[in-house]
Amino acid sequence: MEKQTALELKGISKYFGSVVANKNVNLSVFKNEILSLLGENGSGKTTLMNMISGIYFPDEGQIFIDGEEVIIRSPKDAFKYKIGMIHQHFKLVDVFSAAENVVLGIDDGEKYNIKQVNSRVREIAEKYGFEIDPQKKIHEMSVSEKQTVEIIKVLYRGADILILDEPTAVLTPQEIKKLFGVLRKMREDGKSIIIITHKLNEVMEISDRVAILRKGEYIGTVNTAETNEKQLTEMMVGKKVELKIERVKTDFDRPLLELRDLIIKKDDGSTAIDGVNFYIRGGEILGVAGVAGCGQKELCEAIAGLRKLESGFIMHKGESIVGLPPKEIIKKGIAMSFIPEDRLGMGLVPSFSITDNMMLKTYGEGKSPFVNRKSARERANGLIERLEIVTPSTETPVRRLSGGNVQKVLVGREIESSPNVIVTAYPVRGLDINSSYAIYDILNEQKKNGVGILFIGEDLDVMLALCDKIMVLCHGKNMGIVHAEKTTKEQLGLMMTGALDLNEQKKDKVFGKAKDSNLTEEQWSAAEERAEAEKEFKEKSDD
Amino acid sequence: MTNEKTVREPLFHISKRDTLPWWKCWLIRIAAVFAALVLSSLLIIVLVKKNPVELYASIFNGNFGSGTKTWLTFQDTAILLCIALAVTPAFKMKFWNIGAEGQVLAGCLASAACVFYIGSSVPNWLLLVIMTVCAILAGAIWAVIPAVFKAIFNTNETLFTLMMNYIATFLIAFFLNKWVKSGSGTLGILEDGHFPVIGDNPSLLTVLIVLFFAAAMFVYLKFSKHGYEIAVVGESVNTAKYAGINVKKVIIRTLILSGALCGITGLLLVGAINHTLTTSLAGGRGFTAIMVSWLAKFNPLYMILTAFIVVFFQKGANQLASDFPTLMTKDFGDIIVGIIFLFIIGCEFFIGYAIKFRKREKKEKTAEVTE
Amino acid sequence: MGVFVSFLSGAVRLGTTFLYGSTGETLTEKSGHLNLGIPGIMCFGALGGCIGVSMVGSVPVLTVLVAIIFSFCFAGLLGLLYSFLTVTLRCNQNVTGLTITTFGVGCTNHFISQVNTSSFSRASTHFTNLFTFHENLGWFGELFLSYGIMVYLAIAIAILASLFLTKTKKGLYLRAVGENPATADAAGISVTAYRYVATIIGSGIAGLGGLFYIMDYLTGSWEYTIDAMGWLSIALVIFTVWKPNFGILGSFLFGGLYILANYVAVSFAMMNILKMIPFFVTIVVLIVTSIVGKKETQPPASLGLNYFREER
Repeated sequence: MEKQTALELKGISKYFGSVVANKNVNLSVFKNEILSLLGENGSGKTTLMNMISGIYFPDEGQIFIDGEEVIIRSPKDAFKYKIGMIHQHFKLVDVFSAAENVVLGIDDGEKYNIKQVNSRVREIAEKYGFEIDPQKKIHEMSVSEKQTVEIIKVLYRGADILILDEPTAVLTPQEIKKLFGVLRKMREDGKSIIIITHKLNEVMEISDRVAILRKGEYIGTVNTAETNEKQLTEMMVGKKVELKIERVKTDFDRPLLELRDLIIKKDDGSTAIDGVNFYIRGGEILGVAGVAGCGQKELCEAIAGLRKLESGFIMHKGESIVGLPPKEIIKKGIAMSFIPEDRLGMGLVPSFSITDNMMLKTYGEGKSPFVNRKSARERANGLIERLEIVTPSTETPVRRLSGGNVQKVLVGREIESSPNVIVTAYPVRGLDINSSYAIYDILNEQKKNGVGILFIGEDLDVMLALCDKIMVLCHGKNMGIVHAEKTTKEQLGLMMTGALDLNEQKKDKVFGKAKDSNLTEEQWSAAEERAEAEKEFKEKSDD
Repeated sequence: MTNEKTVREPLFHISKRDTLPWWKCWLIRIAAVFAALVLSSLLIIVLVKKNPVELYASIFNGNFGSGTKTWLTFQDTAILLCIALAVTPAFKMKFWNIGAEGQVLAGCLASAACVFYIGSSVPNWLLLVIMTVCAILAGAIWAVIPAVFKAIFNTNETLFTLMMNYIATFLIAFFLNKWVKSGSGTLGILEDGHFPVIGDNPSLLTVLIVLFFAAAMFVYLKFSKHGYEIAVVGESVNTAKYAGINVKKVIIRTLILSGALCGITGLLLVGAINHTLTTSLAGGRGFTAIMVSWLAKFNPLYMILTAFIVVFFQKGANQLASDFPTLMTKDFGDIIVGIIFLFIIGCEFFIGYAIKFRKREKKEKTAEVTE
Repeated sequence: MGVFVSFLSGAVRLGTTFLYGSTGETLTEKSGHLNLGIPGIMCFGALGGCIGVSMVGSVPVLTVLVAIIFSFCFAGLLGLLYSFLTVTLRCNQNVTGLTITTFGVGCTNHFISQVNTSSFSRASTHFTNLFTFHENLGWFGELFLSYGIMVYLAIAIAILASLFLTKTKKGLYLRAVGENPATADAAGISVTAYRYVATIIGSGIAGLGGLFYIMDYLTGSWEYTIDAMGWLSIALVIFTVWKPNFGILGSFLFGGLYILANYVAVSFAMMNILKMIPFFVTIVVLIVTSIVGKKETQPPASLGLNYFREER
């Protein structure tokens, strides 16, 4: 049977100011098909899909639905052509119920009857095998429940083309399995599905064909059955890239930072980090692996003093830093840099110049009531030269630099303060290969100088090559700490998904507690007692 | 485009543009002011049916018609500027303090109360010192209450400060009724607590004091550590916390400063200018000052200009009202100021965004402008 | 008893001014617009209504009708201006609102001097007298039936607004726009259209408050205090936690507090303290809701924030 084309893109381009997000992209999707859209972070997948769903308008190119050219000016137009998108960041109204969210924006001329909507939502859920309470408010829901609402929203409108933007990033393995089951049912139902992902195993498992984008450009489409992970990787990253990150050999020092029995909560009150132990030595890079949102951000914030611990200890060179204000922790030489998804957020002020950003942590030095911009400018110049940052001048707002240069400024500034512990989360997020290598070199150099580094990353290959040891988090639990040289990607993958828990395998070994701790067991228990006493004192004085 | 009729692209779409060179920004703003002035002129001509030159002469005359008038213009500019300076640090921090009116009134009330209760029993210099301290305290307290709740509970500061204005107004009315035995609620001229007059110019001191504040505020915001902290908090609270800035402390400290400066304005109004207390001493300037500050992009030096524009037209309208009593009222100044502000507010859009039209040949043209 | 009933009916009458203002502002705020131009808009609405009255003179039903239409249109016009600046030109809402207030108050105070007000006091009787039989019904009549048409209209509008927000699809969409415009946009709801329409209609309703204040409450005599009523209306929106049906009782309570001073034997000085109470109570509500932090009593999440789809 001849396959019918449901959606076709021809020569689509989109620019944001001087940034090219998509250039001359051609793409087609058939009916009864699951197409994977594959590409690295920042390759323009989401932008492209946003143009199909009417969030952005393409600067150039044409879109065809069932062979006819269409103009999609708004999400409403997209619905008209039965296109529905499930965004990575859920587009739900927090104070509304599931059903209220589902019915948003539907102009079917029917009278508003929430009971009817409720029962229709239940119907759809049953048909595809979801579980949902239509009357539950969104702000009371878990992540996977919210995603379910998003999918039902699209199905409720009778969409024929479904776009899912990294739907698995926030799900547990069981939830992913369930989701894939649902997607297959939809395919049998005659729908076309585009799924954005950068996880190869998922691509191989779920899709019929794979389209690949690289740096905003369309590379090609291949049948999943006729390809393999290696070929896809090559298409995705361009030429074959041997990850040749140098692992510098250093003599490890005694532990610099020791963390025990950490329990940290998220903003919504759920547990982010659950009883984790680990330590970082000087001259060591400890990697932290785990699927997105399993406590990495909260861990970083806790170390930097931005989030309070529910319980546990953080000892720096044998002294507790729990409860210290962020300023004191910075003074002790603990530098934290976190690159959030939008890449400008914590750590830099986008509208400030490089000079002003250089002062962010050090502006308070000295007794003068005025800031010392002169020395900051000198440091900015030094940094620009050393890290080869491309910028018109030191007074250029950081917002106007390209992503790689922004991250160099951030990481560079953290190193500038000559810290002894560097906590860095996703420092290469969205960077091209060369910039990434520049960042790895910077980290390795610090490692040589005896700095202890906590590297929270996304790419397992990079972590395997760069880190000395890797700690794997799964839902806030430490699944074990392994030597990077002795482990495999598969093992890490299993640990990340919770399939393998080294704590259970090696019961005699306690992970994350240094034998040569700066504190003796007595001191640890003394610290615990002290903390207990403090807590009681506080509670009493609160009364 | 093969089929223009069935396939319609939107007529134009709007995108954020990279920063324009400074002179183009100012060109757009000047054009906006010019357009506003043309519109106001048309309005005046239609309403008064007189030669616009004659009318503008009247407006100018209202501001600079005599030495006294000129100094009154400067004095009013100074007062408006002082309030604008006061709200600026808070606004830079994205703390929407629309309670300057109340904070100024609190300052007025405190200084008048000092004069009323102890004015006759202490020497004038001591009275002035006590007035200053009380006015600063009163203004600061009025501002710090919403700030504390904002810092601790994230209570909406816009609405809170707005309510505080009315509490201050009624508090003044309360004291006026208490003080004035006749029950008229009108307090006469206070005999004590007058600020010294430099030479024989009663406005000069006020003008000098405020100019000093403008310079100080400029330096404070641009070069001081506090100013840096304010800018960081205004950009992102998360970044500020990350940098080790105690955000709550900065909010409270900045609002104390903001309120204190409002309090000083109140002090000047009572001690140096009006020598009495009414509920309308601030006269809506607490609100106008917000626009003055915002239009000047929170730059204290530009504020001198924007404050002057406002006063110029208000004074001008007063003169129009007295020159053409049947046709004009003093409220006409507010109309002109409103029109000018609306134009300047609106023109920021053309500085921040580029409009791209559908036609391809036009595209090249806009591209040129964008660069 | 008589005094008490007349106090209550006075509270209802003044409260109606606030009710118009707060119902209008609630609709506007539900769309995400913190319209601080409401005081100016209420003035402008009063001006529009007065111009209407001065044109028709005092023809019974026609006068009221024309005044209401004029008032609504004038106020709606400023709402349109506000929306144009904040939605289309993406200007800061607070600054735009305050400017609209300056402009609206200025225009009103200027142009009212050009309006012939001689027919107002006679015209106002068409506003204040609806039923005549209430006089025979004692306190019941005075409390429930003694008001002008616009009091009942205000209550009807508030109830309709409340039903609209909770029971209709369009109301649901409007709330979505105010809570999370990006979501509403992605769902195919035109954020621009909803914000424009809600703000214009909301402003129009608020404008009626200005007309009511002059023509009914003050029985046709002009006063330059409408903007103060406008600020109180904004306070009332907070006090009623963005619910127009609460607004009915809330506005009467505010009205009562405002006129309480005329009914209890206190000094002139204490009267001011009584008048202060509504503002004080609003602050307390503001603080309490922010401490409790219940999702249902929070301001619309995007209140005061503009929305631009291609923001990056």
